[in-house]
Amino acid sequence: MNNNKCCCAERSHYFDKFDKILAMYEGKESDLIPILQDLQEAYGYLPQDVLDELCNRTGMHPTQVMGVITFYSQFRLLPTGQNLIKLCFGTACHVKGSDKIAEALKEELKIEIGETTKDNKFTLETVACLGCCGLAPVMMIGDDVYGKLVPKDVPKILEKYR
Amino acid sequence: MRMYRTHIMICRGTGCSSSNSEQIAKNFEEQIKTHGLQEEIIVERTGCFGLCSLGPIVIIYPEASFYSMVKPEDVEEIVKEHLVKGRVVKRLLYAETVTEDGIKSINEVNFYKKQVRVALRNCGVINPENIDEYIAFDGYKALSKCLTELKPEEVIDIVKKSGLRGRGGGGFPTGNKWDFTAKAQGNQKYVCCNADEGDPGAFMDRSILEGDPHSVLEAMTIAGYAIGGSQGYIYIRAEYPLAVKRLTVAITQAREYGLLGKNILGTGFDFDIEIRLGAGAFVCGEETALIASIEGQRGMPRIRPPFPAVKGLFGKPTLLNNVETYANICPIINKGSEWFASMGTEKSKGTKVFALGGKINHTGLVEVPMGTTMREIIYEIGGGCPDDKAFKAVQMGGPSGGCIPAELIDTVIDYDSVTKTGAIMGSGGMVVMDEDNCMVDIARFFLDFTVEESCGKCTFCRIGIKRMNEILTRITKGQGKEGDIELLEELALNIKKNSLCGLGQTAPNPVLTTIKYFRDEYEAHIRDKKCPAKQCKNLIEYKINADKCKGCTLCSRVCPVKAISGELKKAHRIDSSICKKCGLCKETCKFAAIEIE
Repeated sequence: MNNNKCCCAERSHYFDKFDKILAMYEGKESDLIPILQDLQEAYGYLPQDVLDELCNRTGMHPTQVMGVITFYSQFRLLPTGQNLIKLCFGTACHVKGSDKIAEALKEELKIEIGETTKDNKFTLETVACLGCCGLAPVMMIGDDVYGKLVPKDVPKILEKYR
Repeated sequence: MRMYRTHIMICRGTGCSSSNSEQIAKNFEEQIKTHGLQEEIIVERTGCFGLCSLGPIVIIYPEASFYSMVKPEDVEEIVKEHLVKGRVVKRLLYAETVTEDGIKSINEVNFYKKQVRVALRNCGVINPENIDEYIAFDGYKALSKCLTELKPEEVIDIVKKSGLRGRGGGGFPTGNKWDFTAKAQGNQKYVCCNADEGDPGAFMDRSILEGDPHSVLEAMTIAGYAIGGSQGYIYIRAEYPLAVKRLTVAITQAREYGLLGKNILGTGFDFDIEIRLGAGAFVCGEETALIASIEGQRGMPRIRPPFPAVKGLFGKPTLLNNVETYANICPIINKGSEWFASMGTEKSKGTKVFALGGKINHTGLVEVPMGTTMREIIYEIGGGCPDDKAFKAVQMGGPSGGCIPAELIDTVIDYDSVTKTGAIMGSGGMVVMDEDNCMVDIARFFLDFTVEESCGKCTFCRIGIKRMNEILTRITKGQGKEGDIELLEELALNIKKNSLCGLGQTAPNPVLTTIKYFRDEYEAHIRDKKCPAKQCKNLIEYKINADKCKGCTLCSRVCPVKAISGELKKAHRIDSSICKKCGLCKETCKFAAIEIE
């Protein structure tokens, strides 16, 4: 081994997390979704080079892997901002005015749903139901849950993450 | 096990946790230590108590004092007054439990009075992360009874006789499903649990898994014994991290106690359970799609037969039940099928958990015997709509269900009566709507959801729902045409007829039921270009009532687009060409001067 710090060394370091995850599985077809979930957890999203490596190592076909990734809403092919905002668009939240919360968030962040702010601080997403309908309307920022929202709460809440 | 004089139960379900119940628990522990009471008083983190709108909730036993909306800073007072001096802090009790001559037990308050808790029996009663507490409440008694006293066919017979039907939505008799799977040929069989609770508005499965995970593990093990399977899978939404964590803890503890794994209870029976996380696809609640997803494929449904009972996971016979269905199994084994069948109506036995949400005073989880009326749930248990608004409809069954209007409020709740209204029992989500909710908008909202979630396999579902959604969007924008309602009905019938799975077959239900019961609202949108509920943005205008406006300027300051102008102490006006109809002004106005036309 030499201590030559070329890009290959960096590259292998980048794949450390990948190797660790893959070692936990046999690499059969039924492992695909758990592997992708772990990779996304480790990398924050599913980078193309990691997916290429996954196909090489498991022998799964890229169309099969991409087919699964694009089917499930959990998987993302692009990185998110530092704070992921999940605004609940479930039924209870809808009847209690989640669209107004969405307007307030868009106004405050100057982005549309699905976009990331220029400073990379926030990504705004909607989800079907967070399962705390008793607190509707609800949103999550990272792991924090905010319930019984009214539009004027939005700037104050976002301020904590700026 | 150690004995304590006082138990402090703190809800650590998702609802209360989001309002800081963990901090409350920590403060209690700290305060109790300060007073040197840690040998006498124990702090327990439990599952959901059900009354989420009053969270965070703390119940102190043996008095069963029900503290609601507790803040971390209230803890000191509760400890000093209640725990040290024995004086209940009335100010913090749930108002309904405080009467002139004393304090009522929580079981006497309206929200709990009519409830019968079978599936939710341990939620809020035990610490879900401690298997000993589950065992103390008859946990794993049913499993040991099955393994040592009953033959597999006797277990199936008990489940059959109880009349239990699938609680996930379909309502298929559970015992028959077990019987089919038991009789199917195969050297390997699987037991699966559907915890992919995708219906927006339903959260009972989440609460059961968070509050009583062992009840599901025990029931799956019993099912494994009954059908001759040795491996179980729980397919759970990744959006439920707390439930996943509690399940993982429960599985580890059950393995340590020899209640999962090889040679369970020394009887030679092997059974183990693995967790699979769903990746966010509503259609995976359909059984064949769920199986495809566990196998690592796109979660697309396939033609049945063959049913999973014959050819399911990895091509082997597979039993698939919902969380709430499993949660009913152990009490049925322990107390007998006659006990279970004594509750409910002729064809729907036992109890059902409903998630009450939307425009209702008491939101949360309720479990009532089948046969309870809608009125009892909405008015007596739920306390009616807030702010004295008129109750308009209740949405049942999520995107597959429908809206039941106020005039049918005396409908008895069981599988068949609900189906007759055009809605479905579904998983038990009940979203209440008041006079301010537009029914056309609700129908459009559900189709927004199903358009996103259709897997795309069947043309009618993929394209038909999209077309319906476009028509509804047009109507809510004031661009509806004569004939739109008829076109919607025609499309709906064809989509129902020509879709393979439940998603497509039921997706038009929200539209069909709202047309059936609220046709006049559709017509008002189409013909008069008016939204009677004053909700559809393109059909309303915000106006300031000059008689009520005091000219305080508050609204003009909050308006994000500067559409409001006027001098101090004089009536203001809204420029409707600039107004974005965000409603912030109406929300801020202290004189109710802003009106919608």
